[in-house]
Amino acid sequence: MANPTSAKINPTPAAKTTPASSMMAVLAPAVGWFIPGVGHLIQRRWIRGSLLLVSIATMFALGLAMQGHIYKANGGDILDILGFVGDLGAGGMYIATLAMNGGQGAIAFAIADYGTKFMIVSGLLNFIAVADAYHIAIGKKS
Amino acid sequence: MTLQLTHFSAALVFALIASIVFGITHRDTARDMIRYGLYCFAMFLGGILVAGWAMWLVRR
Repeated sequence: MANPTSAKINPTPAAKTTPASSMMAVLAPAVGWFIPGVGHLIQRRWIRGSLLLVSIATMFALGLAMQGHIYKANGGDILDILGFVGDLGAGGMYIATLAMNGGQGAIAFAIADYGTKFMIVSGLLNFIAVADAYHIAIGKKS
Repeated sequence: MTLQLTHFSAALVFALIASIVFGITHRDTARDMIRYGLYCFAMFLGGILVAGWAMWLVRR
């Protein structure tokens, strides 16, 4: 006779987590946030990781080259806070830009505003890439 | 150095990069990733053109 609680007691093999996979579930998103695409690269998704790295880094670099503005955690206007959250997604690139005092110029033309949006969106795209790296690490995605 | 892109080329670069990331992150197999990436790019590009012509009509 089948025990209705057996499914709860004996998890399926796919649901089991090894120390290595749980370690990867922390490491991949963290590294992927700091350097876009590396969360995939350390899980041997070479092409996906490389494409994410090149795409997100290019978008951030183009935004900076267009004299886009970079937001700081000043806690002022709500739109500034949202901009900061978006920028923060770019991880190491955001930190390096702040350290080099980049992205601080006044926006003097329309394309510079595009640059600001490019940097925010590159951060938001990196958040999606981080979530994808996490899903690969926990086995939800191949 | 300041990079000066036109509005259209900036939107095109944006669409290309966003489509690549969407394709990789929203689908499981390589074939589906490429198809979804191309679909997103087409939708971005179509949206740009439709919005552009809509603004041209509104201005008239």
